[in-house]
Amino acid sequence: MANTYYDAADLRKFAKITEWSEELGNKFFDYYGKVFEEGALSAREKSLIALAVAHVVKCPYCIDAYTKDGLQRGITKEEMMEAVHAGAAIESGATLVHGVQMMNKYNKLSM
Amino acid sequence: MATKSLKARQKDLAKTNKQLEILNGGIFAEGELPYFKDKLTNIGHFPLRPRKLEILQINVGYMCNQVCEHCHVDAGPDRKEIMTRETMKQCLEVIRNTEAHTLDLTGGAPEMNPNFKWFVEEAAKAGIQDFIVRSNLTIIRANKQYYDLPEFFKKHNVHVVSSMPHYTRGKTDKQRGDGVFDKSIKALQELNAVGYGLPGQNLRLDLVYNPSGAYLPGDQVALEKDFKKALDEDFGIQFHNLFAITNLPISRFLDYLIASENYEDYMYALVEAYNSEAVENVMCTNTISVSWDGWLYDCDFNQMLGLKVASKIKHIKDYNEDILNDRNIIISQHCYGCTAGAGSSCQGTVI
Ligand code: SF4
Ligand code: SF4
Repeated sequence: MANTYYDAADLRKFAKITEWSEELGNKFFDYYGKVFEEGALSAREKSLIALAVAHVVKCPYCIDAYTKDGLQRGITKEEMMEAVHAGAAIESGATLVHGVQMMNKYNKLSM
Repeated sequence: MATKSLKARQKDLAKTNKQLEILNGGIFAEGELPYFKDKLTNIGHFPLRPRKLEILQINVGYMCNQVCEHCHVDAGPDRKEIMTRETMKQCLEVIRNTEAHTLDLTGGAPEMNPNFKWFVEEAAKAGIQDFIVRSNLTIIRANKQYYDLPEFFKKHNVHVVSSMPHYTRGKTDKQRGDGVFDKSIKALQELNAVGYGLPGQNLRLDLVYNPSGAYLPGDQVALEKDFKKALDEDFGIQFHNLFAITNLPISRFLDYLIASENYEDYMYALVEAYNSEAVENVMCTNTISVSWDGWLYDCDFNQMLGLKVASKIKHIKDYNEDILNDRNIIISQHCYGCTAGAGSSCQGTVI
C-alpha cells in the first residue's frame, strides 16, 4: 500500500473499478465515453468544462487527465487557465451568495 | 533548449543499443506492459510483413539548421552524415525503376545537402507520381541561398510537407526554438505566394503537427480545422492537409521523456491507445527507408535505431524490390507509436 492518499499511478488503474462490479463499472464508462463525444457541444468545449469542474471538485486525477486531454486537443494554456477561473468564480460566487443568507439571518435576529 | 545533438553532447542515449535496451527493458521486461510482438501475435500479424511497396523514403542527411527537442533523428547543425552524390546516383537508379508511386525526401533538413538541388532535378525527371520534400520551413528563411526554394519546388512540382507544431508562437518556439514561429509563418506565406497550398490547386502544401510534449496528438480532423482557421485568420495562410504524427519514443524524444520523468506514463498512454486496426497500415508495410549512406530500413525510425532490414538485400547498391518485399519487418516497443489511436505515419493517421 502506498503511504499517501493519492498516487499518480492510480489514474492508470481507474478502469479496474469494473473488476469489482462489472455491470455498474461498464455502465459508468459507457456513459462517461458518451458524454465526451462530439455533440451539441464540441469535444473541445467539453474538455474545458471538465477541466474547470476537475478544479472545483479538487480531483488531482481529473486535473492531470484533462490538462493532458487539453494539450492533445491543442487547447492553449491561456484557455485552460480561463476555464479554471470560470470554475473558481462560480465556486467563490457560490460561497459569497450565502452571504445573503447571513445578512437575512442577521437582520432577522437584530432589532 | 539544447543547441547540439545528443551525439555531439556525447550522451549515452545517442547510442542505439542504449535506446533499444530501454525500449526492451523496464516496464516491458517486468511484464507490466505487453511487448509489441505479443500484440501482433494476438491478431495473427506476427511476423509483420510488407504489402506492396508504395513509398521510397530517402534520408539525404542528418544535418539540420534546427535542434528540435523532440527530433527522432537527433539532427542538428553538428551532424556530418550527408548523402554523397555517389549514393544519390545509386538512389536515382532505383527511383527510375521502382514500382513505388511516392518519393519522399527527408533529413535533417534535406535542403542542406550540397547536392540537394541536383538530386531533385534528376529525380523529378523519373516522373514519379508524388514527389515529397519534407521541409522544416525555417530553412527557406535561414540563408539567402535558400530564398529561392519555393520557386524551385514549384518548378519541379514538388509536394511540400512542412512541420508546424502549433498555430501560436509560444508553443512553436518552445518545441523548436526561438524565432521558429515567425520564420515558419513567413516561409508559408512565400509558399502561398508562388501558388502552394491554395484550394483546388495542384501545388500541394501539407503541414505536419506533432505534440510539443509527452502527450499524444488529438483528432487529426479537429486539429486541421483549428490550424486552418487560426492560420487563415491571423496570417492569411492556406494549406491543404494537416498530418497529426505521434512522437515515437526514440532518440531526443526518448531523452526528453526520461529526463522529464514522463517515460512510463507515455508508454502506458501509447499501449492503452493501441489500435489493432492501425497495424494493417503502419508505414513499414508500404515503405522502404534509405539512409544517407545507402543502407535500407523498414522505416525512418528503425533507421535511427540502427535496425537494418532483415533481408539479404541491405544496401541500395544491391536493390531488388521483389527480394526486399519478401522480408519480416523488425519491430520493438517504439512501434506502439505507429498504432496509437488512429495510427501515425509520415502521412498522418492510417485509418
Ligand atoms: S525535427 Fe526536423 S527540423 Fe527539427 S531538428 Fe529534427 S530534422 Fe530538424
Ligand atoms: S516504427 Fe517502423 S517498424 Fe515499427 S510499426 Fe512503425 S513504421 Fe513499422
